[in-house]
Amino acid sequence: MDLSFSKEEVAFRDEVRAFFRDHVPPSTRQKLQEGRHLSKDEMVDWWRILNRKGWGVSHWPKEYGGTGWTSVQHYIFNEELQMHPAPAPLAFGVSMVGPVIYTFGNEQQKKHYLPRIANVDDWWCQGFSEPGSGSDLASLKTKAERKGDKYIVNGQKTWTTLAQYADWIFCLCRTDPAAKKQTGISFILIDMKSKGITVRPIQTIDGGFEVNEVFLDDVEVPVENLVGEENKGWDYAKFLLGNERTGIARVGVSKERIRRIRDLASKVESGGKPVMADQGFREKLAAVEIELKALELTQLRVVADEGKHGKGKPNPASSVLKIKGSEIQQATTELLMEVIGPFAAPFDEHGDDGSNEAMDWTAQIAPSYFNNRKVSIYGGSNEIQRNIITKAVLGL
Amino acid sequence: MDFDLSEEQRLLKESVDGLLGDAYDFDARKKYMKEKGGWSKAIWGKFAEQGLLGLPFSEDDGGFGAGAIETMIVMEALGKALVLEPYLATVVIGGGLLRRGGSAAQKAAQIPGIIDGTRSFAFAQLEKNSRYDLYDVATSAKKKGAGWVIDGEKFVVLNGEAADTLIVTARTKGSQRDTNGIGVFLVPGDAKGVAKKGYPTQDGLHAADITFTGVEVGSDAAIGDPEDSLALIERVVDEARIAMCAEAVGVMDESLKSTVEYLKTRKQFGVPIGSFQTLQHRAADMFVAVEQARSMSMFATMASDFDDAKERATAVAAAKVQIGKSAKFVGQQAIQLHGGIGMTMEAKIGHYFKRLTMIENTFGDTDYHLRRVTESGGLV
Repeated sequence: MDLSFSKEEVAFRDEVRAFFRDHVPPSTRQKLQEGRHLSKDEMVDWWRILNRKGWGVSHWPKEYGGTGWTSVQHYIFNEELQMHPAPAPLAFGVSMVGPVIYTFGNEQQKKHYLPRIANVDDWWCQGFSEPGSGSDLASLKTKAERKGDKYIVNGQKTWTTLAQYADWIFCLCRTDPAAKKQTGISFILIDMKSKGITVRPIQTIDGGFEVNEVFLDDVEVPVENLVGEENKGWDYAKFLLGNERTGIARVGVSKERIRRIRDLASKVESGGKPVMADQGFREKLAAVEIELKALELTQLRVVADEGKHGKGKPNPASSVLKIKGSEIQQATTELLMEVIGPFAAPFDEHGDDGSNEAMDWTAQIAPSYFNNRKVSIYGGSNEIQRNIITKAVLGL
Repeated sequence: MDFDLSEEQRLLKESVDGLLGDAYDFDARKKYMKEKGGWSKAIWGKFAEQGLLGLPFSEDDGGFGAGAIETMIVMEALGKALVLEPYLATVVIGGGLLRRGGSAAQKAAQIPGIIDGTRSFAFAQLEKNSRYDLYDVATSAKKKGAGWVIDGEKFVVLNGEAADTLIVTARTKGSQRDTNGIGVFLVPGDAKGVAKKGYPTQDGLHAADITFTGVEVGSDAAIGDPEDSLALIERVVDEARIAMCAEAVGVMDESLKSTVEYLKTRKQFGVPIGSFQTLQHRAADMFVAVEQARSMSMFATMASDFDDAKERATAVAAAKVQIGKSAKFVGQQAIQLHGGIGMTMEAKIGHYFKRLTMIENTFGDTDYHLRRVTESGGLV
């Protein structure tokens, strides 16, 4: 048992840290620190810098542009990225559809899509959830009917993150209406410019426009856009969802936010002294830090286990990461709210799409608090995570 | 970075689990509890035979030169079996003070008896008003000739009644809450002027309140600097806290295991109660609490070798907070999910709960250690 990084790992961390310091645009960093949204260009610019460095799709196999890093190196990279902070690669392309394509797609698909994902030539979004299918995803109804060399797709997707920027959507569609739930679903790639697609933004409680409804009315999709086998889409979806186990804890994000809490709490006064001088507040912050330290260690246990024994059999502790990671993220946004107190109130009706350069630094604190309620809902709600622990770990 | 045990450590774990699996079921424990001093000499002898009592001592002192990880392994196993024998008081605390502060002569006189199981120790530290502050010492040690005279009262001294040797913290100068002027003294358990009142503790262990009245010891009784041993005490008590974190993880592991087993077998409304989602999610939350505690127990174990005393103390305090919170949640929910049977003295689950509760209140509770982390400036 040894929790320290090797000399090589420390050198790698320094290299990664220096690269972020020298190459992340300062305005991008500042916006993230303030919990604000970035514009599409700000995100894409940064991802292309990352891709030019060869780190855009770091965890992909080397033949498709990956780095061949160890699981500890991936961990270090993500931590440093989150702590800097810099925008994480677009998960829908890099962590979701990319791995599905290089694992289950045909040669033509790999050749066409993978480099475009790596360089964000295509912005991808995810067409899984539907109005009637949230936690019970397999009940989805959007259907794709085969007609000659085309699928005709009809249905509605929802909670589609940043669909307003997307060039492509990967959809789960029912291709065999007679089959039971999980069977009869296919994984289909659809061009967002196709006729019959309508994107309607959904405003969330923070005032932001991150998510959308996507309507598909008689959308014609070439059959070559099917990934893998028809009616096997559920297997690919499960593969996709199980692919990213450790990133979900977002330890680096919470660490960065705790530093911000300290910083702001030292400046904002309450009762004639900085908030940070208040014993009650300090103890609340320390309690969150301890939870975060425990989570960091739990995450390291999972990472070390993957490095040693491969990803085949997940460490049971990995189910803890989503639950605790989301709870801690929420706790940090709650503490920021406490720091600014009554000055959380002003609401900018226009929301923040990253274009308002003159925004006040406190303006995003309440929206960020409201927005972070999502983290215990998305990616398999925390209640679904408890179901997973119940069945997969405790055997109940 | 590697969280796996080495081959040797794995063998150690197997051998301790094996020994306790054979000799330490719940009924056997009840018998050991009734023996003189509240634990079994025969079991202690088996610990000695397997080398458990000599683990942390250097090879020069007759031990095995093992480190914090080996102590963690043993303490987890002792926790699983709710062991009564004074491993913490004798090997971790007594042994720790001698290893880190003892002279060559003191080590030669005391350590062989620990290793071969003929000598057990007790740490007489807690006072009526000291609560968790290790520097709050009213018991006095005054110079008399070349030796010392000790006067004062100590409370809830674990293994205090049976111990062959008491290790007493006493003030050689200054006032009650000064951080300097504190010494650590070896006092024979049967020394003249030592009066013990023994009793069982809530968790089935045994402790004593001890009065020292004009107890005379020689000049060789002081471990380390009699006027400045707080750092030594803090270091060894940190090691005791780390050991208790590991013990608590063992107790929690068994509490969860027993609870899940119960959910699978207990039927109501014609089905196992484990089919109810409310209970499933409670058990899932217990699992999360145990894993977070395990992570912090490992962190504290690593921290015991940190060179920076402040960094070490903060890490250990943080671990004690996590363990305290997890232990309270797991212990309480284990009783709740067992229902009425969990309330009975007859069922083992309540005894796990009681041990967890006492661990939380030993050497600083959750609030105490949260304040320490807060004062240190935090972990991030």
